Amino acid sequence: MNVDMSQFFQVFFEEAAEHLASMEALLLKLDVSAPDLEEMNAIFRAAHSIKGGAGTFGFTDMVAVTHELETLLDKLRKQELALTADMVDAFLAAKDVVGGQLAAHQGGDAVSEENIRAACKRLKQLADRATAGAAAGDAPAAAARAQATTPAGVEGEDYGFFDDVSDANADAVSGASPVAAAADDTDEGFGFFSDAPAESAAAAVVDADAGYGFFGELPAVSPGVAEEISADSERAPRAAIPQNRASDHADAGIPITGRRATDRPGGAAAPAAAADTSIRVSVDKVDQLINLVGELVITQAMLAQTASRLDPVLYATMMNGMGQLERNTRDLQESVMSIRMMPIAFVFSRFPRLVRELAGKLDKQVELKTVGEGTELDKGLIEKIADPLTHLVRNSLDHGIESPQEREAAGKPAKGTITLSAYHQGGNVIIDVADDGAGLSRSKILAKAKERGMNVHDDMPDQEVWQLIFEAGFSTATVVTDVSGRGVGMDVVKRNIFSIGGRVEIDSAPGLGTRMSVRLPLTLAILDGMSVAVGKEVFIVPLTYVVESLQAAEHEIKTVSGQGRVVHVRGEYLPLTSLHQLFNIKPAAANVNANVGAGGTSGGIVMIVEAGGGKDGGKHALLVDALLGQHQVVIKSLQTNYRKVVGVSGATIMGDGHVALILDVGALVKMSRASEDRYQRTEELTS
Amino acid sequence: MLTTQSSQATAAHADIAAQAALRYSGEFLTFTLGAEEYGIEILKVQEIRGYDAVTTLVNAPEFIKGVVNLRGVIVPIVDMRIKFHLGEPQYNAFTVVIILNVAGRVVGMVVDSVSDVVNLAADQIRPAPEFGAALDASYLIGLGTLGERMLILMDIERLMTSDDMALIETAHLVT
Repeated sequence: MNVDMSQFFQVFFEEAAEHLASMEALLLKLDVSAPDLEEMNAIFRAAHSIKGGAGTFGFTDMVAVTHELETLLDKLRKQELALTADMVDAFLAAKDVVGGQLAAHQGGDAVSEENIRAACKRLKQLADRATAGAAAGDAPAAAARAQATTPAGVEGEDYGFFDDVSDANADAVSGASPVAAAADDTDEGFGFFSDAPAESAAAAVVDADAGYGFFGELPAVSPGVAEEISADSERAPRAAIPQNRASDHADAGIPITGRRATDRPGGAAAPAAAADTSIRVSVDKVDQLINLVGELVITQAMLAQTASRLDPVLYATMMNGMGQLERNTRDLQESVMSIRMMPIAFVFSRFPRLVRELAGKLDKQVELKTVGEGTELDKGLIEKIADPLTHLVRNSLDHGIESPQEREAAGKPAKGTITLSAYHQGGNVIIDVADDGAGLSRSKILAKAKERGMNVHDDMPDQEVWQLIFEAGFSTATVVTDVSGRGVGMDVVKRNIFSIGGRVEIDSAPGLGTRMSVRLPLTLAILDGMSVAVGKEVFIVPLTYVVESLQAAEHEIKTVSGQGRVVHVRGEYLPLTSLHQLFNIKPAAANVNANVGAGGTSGGIVMIVEAGGGKDGGKHALLVDALLGQHQVVIKSLQTNYRKVVGVSGATIMGDGHVALILDVGALVKMSRASEDRYQRTEELTS
Repeated sequence: MLTTQSSQATAAHADIAAQAALRYSGEFLTFTLGAEEYGIEILKVQEIRGYDAVTTLVNAPEFIKGVVNLRGVIVPIVDMRIKFHLGEPQYNAFTVVIILNVAGRVVGMVVDSVSDVVNLAADQIRPAPEFGAALDASYLIGLGTLGERMLILMDIERLMTSDDMALIETAHLVT
């Protein structure tokens, strides 16, 4: 299990470092006299994410500090306290401490206990507001003391260090390799140490060897904490293998160990074997490759279109060549895209430990099942989905699964089950987090929403009620624990998932459980689309939304109460929206009848789309003039030089060099509903 | 009382405009819209090209003609003639689009014709009157005099990033 977890340490380290960096940037930007609530929320979320991750990997020291950080931030966020410059200073100090701890886990120098305590104390005092004045004077003084002592100690004990090394080797005490790293780095490392412990640690990270990641829990040898090593060596068996490796290096000579450090900070021993058959390439290079292939696909499409006008008999060789080119381009594109693909197991395998520990903490019995770990997903998506998924799993465990007693009382097995499953559906990857717990409580959610003054009513459909839990600061948990209950998780979840083009859907039944489905696009750069003609315009409908297309006969299109139109497809009545009407486009001459109010006959094509779940879910029919073809298109943003257009998710360049707009089907369906509502309202007003 | 205030205001305005004029002296690209002749800073101009293959944007204001593919970049096209009700919007082989590079964005602007590039010294730029042109005075740098010609010097960056043009997200959110 430990070896398993260790391969994700690096991911956590990177994420936490990112969060810390963004936290610092936000803190520095913060206007003390008039703090922006949105920014406060962002800082809070950063702290929360670090805490969550640290909890997952068992870095309890980091959890302790971030918890204090979070408590104070939460009060600020809820505007129970006013922000002062002092608090910002305290936050920055705490951020440095956390950064130091993070670096220590990566094999850098440990942060002194005194520093940690000082930071925690300062935060706590600020939060309690009881002895605010004293705290302000006290904490910096303590920090200053700590800083003052450290460099002095280091300078004085330079030789002592090397003694430690030999001792370490002789006794096989696990401190050897950090010392080696530190020793190699002596000049720079210690220069940093005097003013910014976090930075020195970060610098050390770069120099940490593959094996060093394992030393995360061992504080590096530093004069102040030397005794702790012996205490920590009890935990040594867990890190036995890399220790041996490390001491081998140490025996071979300290400078060698130091220099080997550069390539794989914090990685586990296991990937070392795989290193021979793989190379590390920067994501930028891969992205550049993907962009180039995208352009190539466009050029190929352009050529194909030109060639299609030629006589296939006269130009047989050329036609063959074109066919070959198309296949090759497609293969090339697929292989290039697959460089970025990773199995979802990278995320899933984080969870067994999280679930186990959390279940222990909450006194619950939970079994975790994972299905479809082999499902592949874009690397960028994998990184971005890890956080939201962690929140969802924690949420299921904390709020979903009941205590064993409650479960038995309800006639269910004492042991609850959380199922994580990933699978493809259309061009999407769906990740389900399902539990067999109590289900969501409709009445509680509604009550909470009313209490928060949200616009709700008792007759709301279930789907809408469930979506309320994604509102910021919305938690029905009565007790705030370090697991959940602060109501941050869910709005982060939704925000993160939306930012990568996904959606979250919730199904819940009282007593039976809850299922959260995260629906993600396979990749972000290219999509398969159907090009349709509406009047003179060409639009792309992402193929993932398209269920089928058909030519509806006149009698199959009916109006409902005189205005809304539905189409009858195999026993189902689907709402019908004409794109001409929605976009104010004149229909092509042949299809005048397609226009609304002209008797409801249809000359166009009815395209049945599925707009995903939620309240916009279900099938919807779009009326277009013609289907033109199916393409792979490279998504280009309209926002680069223009702004967002409602109902359009982006643009692409077609084979002939024209720009075509990519439709956002979900938004379209919403739009058509809104316009129908408007229409109805005006009708009511006039009548 | 009122007159002193307004004269003070005018003086202040002239002062600001004079500073602006100083700041902006240099080369200007001149073009016509209807009967009026305009100038914009040459450094904001990326290129000049013909008008073709514009894809209409749905539910956009009338003066936003749509987007074009400029070597792989999607660029919105604005017709200044429609925006300022100057001249007849005709689209033919002679229609000219000035591609601008303002505020880190690329935007195309349809005008009647492009004339030339002129060099204006600071003393050739007069403060703009409060009214007169189809443009809000705050989008003007001043009026340039070149012999008999009068150039209306536009602060194209401010205009293109303004709410009026609805080209940028914030503008959209505000409305």
